[in-house]
Formats: sequence, C-alpha cells, structure tokens
Amino acid sequence: MRELSLHILDLVQNAIEAGANKVLLDIVEDMSEMDTLLIRVIDNGQGMDDDTCQKVIDPFVTSRTTRRVGLGLPLIDMSTKRCAGYLTIVSTPGSGAVVEALYKHSHWDRPPLGNIVETVKSIIIAHPELNFSYSHTVEKNVFSMVTQELTEILGNISLTQPDVLIWLHEYLTQNVMNLYNSRNLYGGVQDENN
Amino acid sequence: MKTIEDLKRLREQVQTQTRVRQESSKQIIVGMGTCGIAAGAREVMSAILDEIAKRRLEDVMVRQIGCIGVCEKEVLIDVVLPGQPRITYGRVTATDIPKIIVEHVIQGHIVKELVVGKITE
Repeated sequence: MRELSLHILDLVQNAIEAGANKVLLDIVEDMSEMDTLLIRVIDNGQGMDDDTCQKVIDPFVTSRTTRRVGLGLPLIDMSTKRCAGYLTIVSTPGSGAVVEALYKHSHWDRPPLGNIVETVKSIIIAHPELNFSYSHTVEKNVFSMVTQELTEILGNISLTQPDVLIWLHEYLTQNVMNLYNSRNLYGGVQDENN
Repeated sequence: MKTIEDLKRLREQVQTQTRVRQESSKQIIVGMGTCGIAAGAREVMSAILDEIAKRRLEDVMVRQIGCIGVCEKEVLIDVVLPGQPRITYGRVTATDIPKIIVEHVIQGHIVKELVVGKITE
C-alpha cells in the first residue's frame, strides 16, 4: 500500500471486525523536535491475549476463516521498520486493543500519509453507528472530530444525503488543509493502481 | 470555511424538503478488507459517494464489509435493491461506478458483464 491512510483504513476495519463500537484514531506529526509520525488506533473490541499480539504480525496468522494468510498488520510492521520506526500492539482479552505505528517523519522510505480525507470519510459514512473519533495533530495545529457529533445534529437524516456528503467532504478537506497551513504537504497518489 | 454550524443549518433545510425514505433504502456494500483496500476499494468508495452527491440520490445507503475470501476478484461491491437478489460485482474500478449507479441502482438493470455472484435471500 502506497499511502499510510490506506493502512489506517485497514486498522479501523480490523477494529470493527474485532467487534468494536468505539474507535479512536490519532495521528500525530512532529516534524521539528522528535521527527516522528505516529498513528494510533484504540478500539474497544474483543481484544487479544499476549501470545496472539505477538503472532499477528506474522502473515501466516489471521483471525479470518476465509483463508490462512493475513497481510494487514505484517505490511504495516514492515513499512514502520524500514522507516526507523515500530509497530506495537497492546491488548487484553475483553478490553480492546491499542495499535501504534511510528515512523521517522523525514525518512526517505516513509510512505506519504496520502488522502486521509477519503479514509476518514469512508469510515464515517460506512459505519454511522460506530463511535469514531479522529484527531490529527501537525506540529501545533490540531483538528479533531467525532461521528456522534454529526449524527446527533443530523437526527434522522442520513450521512449519505447528497448535501450532507458535500458538506462532510468540504469540512474535512478544509480542516486537514489548515493543519498543513494550506500547503500541500499531504502528498500521496490519486489512484492506488496507476 | 465549512463549520458544524453550517451542518445544523443544512439539517433544517433538508428536513423541510424531506420526503419519507429510509424504509425502502437501496444499499451498496464495498469490500474493505486488506485485499480490497490494496486493490483500490477506497477509490471505488469515493467514486460512489461522488455519484450519490452529483446525482442527488436520496435513498442509497453505503456500507463496508471485510474480506469475504475471493480476494483475487477485489474490488467487490454488492448492490442490494429492495425485494431483489443481492448482486455482487467483481474487479470493479472507480470508472465502472457511474455505469453501475445509473444502470443498476437508478434504473434497476443489472450490469451483467461485471457480475460475479448473486445471492437470493
């Protein structure tokens, strides 16, 4: 995967498949002091025991029953390691999991964050019942939002109502652009396959 | 700059125009396992949302699911119209989306060349 935001989508999908109804996504970009990019996903799903936490970064371990190979976490693990970072998974059975992927921000091999707006939009729209919170820090700029805030305002109006979709797209785009002081540091490919 | 206040105003506007819907909702389901994402599921999802906004479709729900085991046919999307079998499309790209939305979701004709499966419920 060429963009970190695609890995993020994958991590959130993992959380949902672990039965979570609450997912917190934090992205912290520190370009000056620590030179790090941290992605943290916290969920309240079924969790895993220590042994499983160790094993999930092995591609031949997966919870799915459709086939025996699971590549999501191993791919992230690999990309963090080649960027002087790490992937950690902390979890206890029954009380969710905390997954952290850390990259050296300025590393040559660090994939761009990519289109985080489309990632967050996909999560919010496809899981309106999920208590999803997104918080993104770039140096001193912070943007955060929670799905519930939107669904409470909207009441019985769906998030896929055309005007709401347009609002959500612009709201996320403008706020993410502001994080980077409207410079396009955001990078990434338009199309994963071309 | 769009704000939460704008959303509140939008809600008031939309509510006054609202007709009865939701009950007869059409569904589009996008496969978003690791395999789907790597094959371009997010771009397909974006294309679907763009079409919904552009064509002003008020009665379409968009959902996502994980891997269903036919990773080689990703990106998979399912279209479920009320009272009709669930149709699975495979190897879908963002450029196929306008056709699927217009012909199947709006007009009710299945786009046969992209179908990989059908589930009758």
